[in-house]
Amino acid sequence: MIHDRYQLAFKLYPYERSADQDAETPVRHPVVIMGGGPIGVATALDLGLQGIPVVVLDDHEGIGMGSRAICFAKRCLEIADRYGCGQPMLDKGVVWNLGKVFHDDRKVFEFNLLPEQGHKFPAFINLQQPYFERFLVERVREAQAAGAPIELRGKNRVDNVTTHDDHVTLEITTPDGPYTIEADWLIGCDGASSPLRGMMGLDFEGRVFEDSFLIADIKMVNDDFPTERWFWFEPYFKSGASTLLHKQPDGVWRVDFQIGWDVDRKKELQEENVRARLDAMLGDVEYEIVWTSIYTFQCRRMKQFRHGRVLFAGDAAHQVSPFGARGANSGMQDVDNLGWKLGMVIEGRAPESLLDSYNAERVHGADENILNSTRSTDFITPKSKVSHMFRNAVLDLAEQYEFARPLVNSGRLSVPCVYDGGPLNGPDTLTGGPTRTRVGSPCPDAPLGAGFLLDHLGGAFTLLTIDAEAPDALEESGVPITRLALSASDDASGGLAERYLGMATSGVYLIRPDQHVAARWDGFDETATRGALRRAIGLE
Amino acid sequence: MAELTLTPNLDHPDDFYAALIATHDGLSDDQSAALNARLILILANQIGDTEVLTAALQAAAKAPEGATA
Repeated sequence: MIHDRYQLAFKLYPYERSADQDAETPVRHPVVIMGGGPIGVATALDLGLQGIPVVVLDDHEGIGMGSRAICFAKRCLEIADRYGCGQPMLDKGVVWNLGKVFHDDRKVFEFNLLPEQGHKFPAFINLQQPYFERFLVERVREAQAAGAPIELRGKNRVDNVTTHDDHVTLEITTPDGPYTIEADWLIGCDGASSPLRGMMGLDFEGRVFEDSFLIADIKMVNDDFPTERWFWFEPYFKSGASTLLHKQPDGVWRVDFQIGWDVDRKKELQEENVRARLDAMLGDVEYEIVWTSIYTFQCRRMKQFRHGRVLFAGDAAHQVSPFGARGANSGMQDVDNLGWKLGMVIEGRAPESLLDSYNAERVHGADENILNSTRSTDFITPKSKVSHMFRNAVLDLAEQYEFARPLVNSGRLSVPCVYDGGPLNGPDTLTGGPTRTRVGSPCPDAPLGAGFLLDHLGGAFTLLTIDAEAPDALEESGVPITRLALSASDDASGGLAERYLGMATSGVYLIRPDQHVAARWDGFDETATRGALRRAIGLE
Repeated sequence: MAELTLTPNLDHPDDFYAALIATHDGLSDDQSAALNARLILILANQIGDTEVLTAALQAAAKAPEGATA
């Protein structure tokens, strides 16, 4: 039997008997994904839109309750947009730019994300995770209708996996009983407690933080709070050692109290106890409680994200503290990185070793996220008397002197990872080129005609030329490279030139299918371009 | 004449803060206080200028309104 471990917000992939269950011998699939959460479904979308058949297995029939990940960063939205579901996220999400930091009853300072102009997406939106997941699944349905070979199988629980040199065997339980399938490639997107990781007996190393946080999502009757992120260190209302207030769509507010390690979870989650904390904070305000939860967290990762024919992505591969919104956002960067590589390997256009670069690049990303979120956690929850003293000294100084403000750490918000020194990186010889578009960087957006630059990049290799000559199409090792010929004058705002030329007057960029820069030069050089492409697909 | 810098000047604030806290790892409160004293004296010597040091002492002595410490 398969019992639900949690309540569903949306039932989106109800159990249906598959022909595989009646097959005489186990059916072999090119790709099977374990886990129908956001990372699993996004991976299915990436591969399915490439025309690669993919089966997603989940032991539930839809999306779990609870807002959970609520902060989605620009890069995550850009990736979702490449899959065709960035716009519904933006339409539903709440855009915010202003953050205020308090200590006790005093405002320490405020910050503005000051988003750069000329990007399709804002720096951040807040959106309840179930909406994000629903938009992804709705996009899968649309893609399926257009012929994308994606299957979502609800109430299909993987109970055992056996790995072989060139495939994986999966034993699955359904409401109709067990069956077996095989996969050329298996992707573990099965979340923080990843049963797959457990079945394979793989390591998961790092720090576990001894603190608990109580989430209360509420709707206020008279809601006149501004759409800002408010963070308290040691709040005067004493409802937690720290408290976060953040707006979500549908008039819902996320309140997050740091309540200590040694707590009675059941007791803390009783409505009267949650209300006592909220009342102390909000005073005489009427509100309705939408959802509550208590969580603890860890900052750790698997040593390797690739184990032969099995790859791990998202929380299954790495976990961070929630400060900085680096969980779901980094998981989407995993998908972005893995999708095109696995696609090319399956189509026989790149060697299997290309997948080792997924490991190298995303381990680098995970380490960056773990470092940042660990530091935020250490600042927010000091572990010793002296670190507490320094933390409060920073807050006291920040209130009076600007110099201490960069030291205040209530979360270093997610920025996309640059694959500096990555194994696929080619030459970076654009004289005077901007640092932000160096080789390994994700391409920053810029205005282009009535739309945006990123609308024209991604999904395949692109040769972006700005005021430079080059052939309109090239093919190297069976991989097409399409030219996007632009001129600095195409963007009257100057954003394109500022972000891609800097001091240079012309530039040529080789851009990967995940919109990261593979190489860049002053002008077009065919031999160099072909060499960079071979390197970017793991041939050199 | 040198002036006390009260605008951001650390090239990597998070790296510095993490290193500062890590230097105190495993120390008792007294050992930490002694380390802080040594650190202040080392940094003071680096600054050297009496006027800057005097201004720094005054800035540090001025706790914000209502602050606990």
